[in-house]
Amino acid sequence: MAEPARAKPKPTPETQHFWDGTRAGELRLQRCDACANVYFPPRPFCPACASREVSVLKASGKGKLYSYVINHRPAAPGFTPPYAIAVVELDEGPRMMSNIVDCPQTPEALELDMKLEIAFEKLDDAITLPLFRPSKG
Amino acid sequence: MRRNQVAVVGAAETTELGVIPNMSQIQLHADAALNAIADAGLKLSDIDGIATAVETPQQIAHYLGITPTWVDGTSVGGCSFMLHVRHAAAAIEAGLCKTVLITHAESGKSMIGKQPRSTPPDSLNGQFESPFGVYGPPSMFPIPVLRYMKTHGITHEQLAMVAVVQREWAAKNPRATMKAPITVDDVLNSRMIAYPFRILQCCLVTDGGGALILTSADRAKDFPNKPVYVLGTGESVETPMVSQMKSFDSSCAFKVAGPLAFKEAGIAHKDVDHLMIYDAFAHLPLYGLGDLGFMAHEEAGKFIAEGNTRPGGKLPLNTNGGGLSYMHSGMYGMYALQESVRQMRGIAPAQVPGAKISVCHGVGGMFAASGTIIFTNER
Repeated sequence: MAEPARAKPKPTPETQHFWDGTRAGELRLQRCDACANVYFPPRPFCPACASREVSVLKASGKGKLYSYVINHRPAAPGFTPPYAIAVVELDEGPRMMSNIVDCPQTPEALELDMKLEIAFEKLDDAITLPLFRPSKG
Repeated sequence: MRRNQVAVVGAAETTELGVIPNMSQIQLHADAALNAIADAGLKLSDIDGIATAVETPQQIAHYLGITPTWVDGTSVGGCSFMLHVRHAAAAIEAGLCKTVLITHAESGKSMIGKQPRSTPPDSLNGQFESPFGVYGPPSMFPIPVLRYMKTHGITHEQLAMVAVVQREWAAKNPRATMKAPITVDDVLNSRMIAYPFRILQCCLVTDGGGALILTSADRAKDFPNKPVYVLGTGESVETPMVSQMKSFDSSCAFKVAGPLAFKEAGIAHKDVDHLMIYDAFAHLPLYGLGDLGFMAHEEAGKFIAEGNTRPGGKLPLNTNGGGLSYMHSGMYGMYALQESVRQMRGIAPAQVPGAKISVCHGVGGMFAASGTIIFTNER
């Protein structure tokens, strides 16, 4: 029997551009054309000023570690504990949940405010997840 | 809302707390409801308002055989019952109903007649949190803690002391699940759940329920128990996604609900004799002390570690032992309210002598929602 897989997102009309982006190797955010607010998660209007005039932008993929837990138990399907569940603050402002790869999953290695960069992980032909790794630069 | 126009006249928990394998979740609701109705000296037919969470008002109304004129199915997590008290007080004052029954129950341990919680993969949580390995509250609720500690200079030892102090309260409570004394070392050496939190900093998982009955303050004097008046109320919500909180340094929902209740009550923090802050995990009392305005967040860890909230301390906090040591069926807010009512009636196992004002603050989801009720036993 196959190992249980990690939970897989199912895009909606409002989020499809995000998942099309990760599949193409881009982290896509949205910016309000009226008030310049950059926001996440996706929605076709600005949560700051309610304008429906919004644009998709390609984010830098750079950010820093805002906070995290190292989960020991219970572990989610598809994860081997201990594993860090992180919140990354993107250089553009919004924060998003993710995992930190290419890094020991320890308090010593995971320092708050450490610089991170995007590391895409393909789950299947439809879904690529936005993960992060310690910045090389 | 005007102060002291509505009172709690009935309050009870389920006959048993802990592991209750012989009752389904809806029967736990009924057990608590019947106990509260008996406590108030009422008949089921006297109830004309029903509020509940997770279960729907129609499920509870049908099961109890009540046809109400007012219902509230607000279901925002463990503080739903604080919101029910607030809404019920407004409804009674507006004349929509006279006698409201609020019920909570959860077969959190035995899982009998309980729908499993699920996150649809096309919800925002399902798309932007579930894929990264969150799996139940222990993996989500502590995510803000490390940032909170860094910003406010809170230590691991201070967060361990939250559990130590609450165990001291639980030791005085015959119905508490965990009563044996613990030390900071015990906490910091207990099994790791989700760093930085260990099992003694995470809430229990139990079965149980509770119910409240509210009516107008003018009628309340005719009931068998000392009325407990609703002095002030507040509520708010922020986000169902912990990753999308505006800041991990404090809770927006706490900062709205708490001050609203204090303003409505017309009291200052120094007037508070007794405090309940829903403690699903050890950081919540610190957030509560800061966001409700008792002190700066920077002071909250030290305040607890120095013993100010323990038995005999100047601000008795979570005097039933809390979600960490008393019980936690999944939506603990009802048990915090029950303890506030007991303290205001003067019948709590660890009674705060002469307490006249009790603040009861709840959280729902992972900082998703908040409700604050301020009670008094003087009109």
